[in-house]
Amino acid sequence: MVPAAFDFRAPTSVAEALTVLREHGDDAKVLAGGQSLIPLLKLRFASPALVVDIGRVPGLSGIEADAAMIRIGARTRHVDLERDTSLDSMCPILREAARQISDPLVRNLGTVGGSLCHADPAGDWGSVMLALEAQFVARSLSGERTIPAGDFFQGPFSTALRPDEVLTEIRIPLAGAARRSGGSYLKLERKVGDFATVGVAVQVQLTNGTVEKAGIGLTAVGPSNLKARSAEQALTGREPSPGAIAEAAGLAAEAAEPKDDVRGSAAYKKDVVRVFVKRGLASALAQATARG
Amino acid sequence: MQVSVRINGQQQAADVEPRLLLVDFIRDQLRLTGTHVGCDTSSCGACTVLLDGEPVKSCTMLAVQADGRELTTVEGLAKGAELDPVQVGFHEEHGLQCGFCTPGMMLVGKALLERNPDPTEDEIRWAISGNICRCTGYVNIVKSIRHAARLQAERATAEAPVAAAVSGGES
Repeated sequence: MVPAAFDFRAPTSVAEALTVLREHGDDAKVLAGGQSLIPLLKLRFASPALVVDIGRVPGLSGIEADAAMIRIGARTRHVDLERDTSLDSMCPILREAARQISDPLVRNLGTVGGSLCHADPAGDWGSVMLALEAQFVARSLSGERTIPAGDFFQGPFSTALRPDEVLTEIRIPLAGAARRSGGSYLKLERKVGDFATVGVAVQVQLTNGTVEKAGIGLTAVGPSNLKARSAEQALTGREPSPGAIAEAAGLAAEAAEPKDDVRGSAAYKKDVVRVFVKRGLASALAQATARG
Repeated sequence: MQVSVRINGQQQAADVEPRLLLVDFIRDQLRLTGTHVGCDTSSCGACTVLLDGEPVKSCTMLAVQADGRELTTVEGLAKGAELDPVQVGFHEEHGLQCGFCTPGMMLVGKALLERNPDPTEDEIRWAISGNICRCTGYVNIVKSIRHAARLQAERATAEAPVAAAVSGGES
């Protein structure tokens, strides 16, 4: 398969990249690791006039953390998160999710920001970021703004990012109480490298035995990654009793809008959501309790 | 558009279309046909090459993205007449039948042993999980990489006295 012809630019600074995007707008497509865009180009589902490779722009990759926040450069590769053991004490869901993305070779090229901007409803990072209530930093020549993960995903392959913007950083709040938090990403796939049949991201924060915050993100069961808000609310402010967990799991399954396909029926996928929310909460709560 | 790569230790440059895939650049322009095109959809790993030492799927990368980078293909494994331990491993443990996936499997094995010289079976299976073999059922591929790890360790031990003598002389 051969992509349709396109012009190519490889800017060497953020400013240069943003200038190119301001000039070309919707005709341009940003290329990071290429693991989503290049298949689209080859299948000619996308045929942009211009591809802007940000692979040579310095300062867009790397992971930094302090007590309040983890900052992930948008071009940080999946494998870089997978290998960063320092994340385990702060936010274990990141590595757990990273190692379930596609296969090891794809993870050597694919990037967190690229995956988020591609906004595949079956993408894994979107659900994780929804559960973590991450903030996305977008830059254009007009300046910088932060977009909450909850406002970012607008539909299949569609985000709040404007054509002249580049996602530069993902910020994950640690709330200073990382010691009492826990998270889990569970994914059902037919084989390594396949898209998720269902994925569920869960993040909880406990204060004095009560759920202070709960985040639940769903993969591959709707037009975009979904935030299961009613399920989150059902847990917030309550003791995480088996009853509360079962209620949240049921609400998350109700929030899912899966379709019948080769990977399973809609009813089956809804039930997997229910089971994964229960299992994910059990694991996340165990982590949070152990850290208390 | 000009692309310059260091491939198997040799500098190579060419003028390419931006849409040219890395695998086609390697096969058609550089005439290194050991890198295979299998599924052409980044599923099978037959097109695996090492990019700065890490395995990637060259059917899902543009040649222009590789500009200035270091590439290794299966042709770069042997050093002259001396086979790489991973090649000896696949030979002696019958790690192939039709051979189509073998260049990718060996390069993944090579990169794994660089990072982890003594991998467990699980770690080997994890490393090759992005590469598909339709002949072997993977059993002999896993054995081959284990065998290569032993060979590599033996070669390192054989070379160690020399290295120790050199460092001893310096201290």
